Amino acid sequence: MIERSYDAVVVGGGAAGTAAAVALADAGSSVAIVDREPLLGGILMQCIHNGFGLTEFREELTGPEYAEIYAEMVGAREIEQYLDTTVLRIEPGAAPEVPMGSPAGGFSGSAGTLEGGPDGSGGLPEHRVVAINPREGALSFRCAVVILATGSRERARGAVRIPGTRPAGVYTAGLAQRLLNMDGFVPGERAVVIGSGDIGLIMARRMSWIGASVPAVIEIQEYPSGLTRNISQCLHDFDIPLYLSHIVVQIHGRDRVTGVDVAPVDGGIPRPERAFHISCDTVLLSVGLIPETELAANAGVELDRQTGGARVDSRLMTRIPGIFSAGNVLHVHDLVDYVTEEARRAGEGAAAYLGGERPGPQLPTVAGTNVRYVSPSSFDINRPTRLYLRPLIVDNKVPVTVTIDGRQVYRKVERHVQPSEMIQIDGKRIDVSGLDPGPDSTVEVSVG
Amino acid sequence: MNAEIDRADVAVIGAGVSGACIARTLARYHLDVVLLEAKTDVGFGVSKANSGIVHGGFHHDKRFLKSRLELAGNPQFDALKSELDIPFERNGILVVAMRVEEMKYLEALYRRGVANAVPGISMLSADRLRRMEPTVHPDAVGALHAPNGGIVEPYRLVFALVENAVANGVQLRTEFAVSASAPGRGERTVLHAADGRRVAARWVVNAAGLHADEVSTVLGAESFSISARKGQYYILDKNCAPKPTHVLFPVPTPISKGMLVTPTVEGTVLLGPSAEDVGDKTDVATTSRGLEHVLESSRTLVPGIREPDVISAYAGLRPALPSDDFLIEQSERNPAVIHVAGIQSPGLTAAPAIGGYVAEILEQAGCELVPRTDFEPTQRRAPELRNVPEQELDALLRRDPRYGEVVCRCEEVSEAEISDAIDRGHTTLDGIKFYSRAGMGRCQGGFCTYRILKLLSARTGKTIHELTKRGTESYVCTDTMHGVHAVRVQEADSPSAGDHPHTSAEGGPDDRA
Repeated sequence: MIERSYDAVVVGGGAAGTAAAVALADAGSSVAIVDREPLLGGILMQCIHNGFGLTEFREELTGPEYAEIYAEMVGAREIEQYLDTTVLRIEPGAAPEVPMGSPAGGFSGSAGTLEGGPDGSGGLPEHRVVAINPREGALSFRCAVVILATGSRERARGAVRIPGTRPAGVYTAGLAQRLLNMDGFVPGERAVVIGSGDIGLIMARRMSWIGASVPAVIEIQEYPSGLTRNISQCLHDFDIPLYLSHIVVQIHGRDRVTGVDVAPVDGGIPRPERAFHISCDTVLLSVGLIPETELAANAGVELDRQTGGARVDSRLMTRIPGIFSAGNVLHVHDLVDYVTEEARRAGEGAAAYLGGERPGPQLPTVAGTNVRYVSPSSFDINRPTRLYLRPLIVDNKVPVTVTIDGRQVYRKVERHVQPSEMIQIDGKRIDVSGLDPGPDSTVEVSVG
Repeated sequence: MNAEIDRADVAVIGAGVSGACIARTLARYHLDVVLLEAKTDVGFGVSKANSGIVHGGFHHDKRFLKSRLELAGNPQFDALKSELDIPFERNGILVVAMRVEEMKYLEALYRRGVANAVPGISMLSADRLRRMEPTVHPDAVGALHAPNGGIVEPYRLVFALVENAVANGVQLRTEFAVSASAPGRGERTVLHAADGRRVAARWVVNAAGLHADEVSTVLGAESFSISARKGQYYILDKNCAPKPTHVLFPVPTPISKGMLVTPTVEGTVLLGPSAEDVGDKTDVATTSRGLEHVLESSRTLVPGIREPDVISAYAGLRPALPSDDFLIEQSERNPAVIHVAGIQSPGLTAAPAIGGYVAEILEQAGCELVPRTDFEPTQRRAPELRNVPEQELDALLRRDPRYGEVVCRCEEVSEAEISDAIDRGHTTLDGIKFYSRAGMGRCQGGFCTYRILKLLSARTGKTIHELTKRGTESYVCTDTMHGVHAVRVQEADSPSAGDHPHTSAEGGPDDRA
């Protein structure tokens, strides 16, 4: 078994992993990045449509173009790349866990610096990452920092309970995208898309481009799950009907899909007696993403039921010191630009951890009125960082507020909110002056 | 098209668990045996979608044949495990009473178990039950414990049995649905497949599962009727919580053993089955109501079961005769035929004993059984990456670097294992899935299907659009789109070449269109 040591090992070479690796290398850390695929870029590589990079690069790029910029940044630095390499396991080094909300610094303490530097000389626990690839065999990496950047997976049919037979032709939208865009395999000729998530919308258009027909996109909710711009560019521009408040109640076909039964949902209740049939040979599922947290969970990282990802502090560190998480494995983002921004912060936070820096007091973040979740799970009032949240409601001109100890420290009226669009709060605009938080203080974020 | 006639002493129709056990048992003797399967792969019928439980032998009275064979079959699983290298675990069965009144049913089961000489069977107090199985509902008042019960993966059992039978000389013919039969020379019966293939056999074993009644008609034997009883199931993720360690049954109803909650040998959790009589023997559709019922029922046993842990749902059919017992006997109308029909629960448990039972019937009917001295009962599976200890990884990867290429991330299945499955004749997506577990995990093939398709194409020489999910017309991709011609993956595909955009799609779709 090959043994190697790095300050940091980044698991996953997609948008999150590359950004975190670059941030770590720029801070002077020795970094290895490990990915299963033969190229960096992750899922971006199959997203050949444009619309990426508007925030991060102020221009509209395709997925592979966006990925290439970061792949080149990784290549230009002394970052060891282990491609076509699968991480089997992460073994956390022995160290006491730091309880959330009461970090080493304590509540009254300000940010300080630990004795010693990286490479364990400061007493940082040493983790082990076990991986394999066909060229080198088994690999064992020792490192003080692990960045979990393993992305997400698509919810499959079983997870959404769509009854019926199990014929060929039922695919998740991302698999169909992969087959079509990277392998040149055509998944079918007449596709019904279940769910109006972004990948489903993009694939509805993609199927139209190759001459397949898309008779329907079926969405259970009263509003689309995907970005508004994708509804317009992928469905309206191609005359693809979107059935809001409808569900697929049955998939038909013994060998290959022959059709689906679609029923309206009235006030949240399905009406199978009013079902109608749509014939098709393909069903594409775009019913949500789930953080791919199995490596994290098996390493003992504590997960958050709401986000499905790890519970992290303001530096994006999990409750296991030295193990950080960013990108879709932390919580599912709508835009890759947000993933990059978050992962860069994880890299910077990890570099600071390697440098022996301590965070300030950590106040737990709380999802308040009309909020599904807030990420990260805690907030450092000495270094306010960006907060991401998902609303539970659709509304216009609605205030987003942050309250600490009953005092409103942030308020911004958002023009439009909906669950499919993540809201961000710029940490710098949170007014933390004069706050004197105690051990029971929380940061509550509300919409409306 | 094959005009040749295969001659055999015994033709076994149906390569489910019964047919596979019969074929392997007959392979121990100097007999030419041919095993005929209508589907593309073995075990793709009733044996594929059931609970995978090795039952304890306390559910049925010994006056039923199914009970006697269940009791005889159960102890044989230890030998099958060591000989065939299959995962099997005697994790024990708990029948849980939720109300005090149900305890008397458990007592009746206990008495039956004692009468059936079930080893180690006992009654548990609520306290003992909770210590043994902490996931169980806190209101449970007691349980029956049968430590001899266990779990097995039924399709892998069938694969292993058939492989071993074939290694010992049994001829396997897949996609051979017996469509007609006619008398042949030397007291032989000639069996016809729709594509023209023929098999002439002195004895014919009808182990055709759901279709044993139709096959009986084709063979000119008795007329009976098999009805299909549907069972719907849910599979939960390996990382689900709570995760029971025993097979948990509720108190049985008159028509069913009830819906169980059980771990599987591969670490997932199985919920089900429902029990619904359906008219259509091909109706394996799940229903909203059926799945809801499975979830509700399982929560009465293990209240913490969470719907987000569900990774898959499916339905299977059990072949039931009106007698609700097995029918295993020589046909009176056509004495060349031995019926093995109505093999519903506990058919999997009974299967190893069914093999021996059918051999006895054949011998009594005049079939000479001369034991072979060269029968080799043991075989070893190729190593599975997920089970290889860390210190052995290097040696394994040196021997076969394809173990370093993880194709299925959820179940940690390597390219070496998938290639092995293909080389052993499993050339559909489902065949590979059931043999290797690739695609069976939480992403349900979302991440590995494209890799498996390419491996399948490269190793079988078939184009992508010729590949199927489970044979017949279940094509995975289409070939009729705008300029997309046969995409055939080269065997010499370098690890990265096929993963590059636009390099593997000869004449692929024009993205600028």
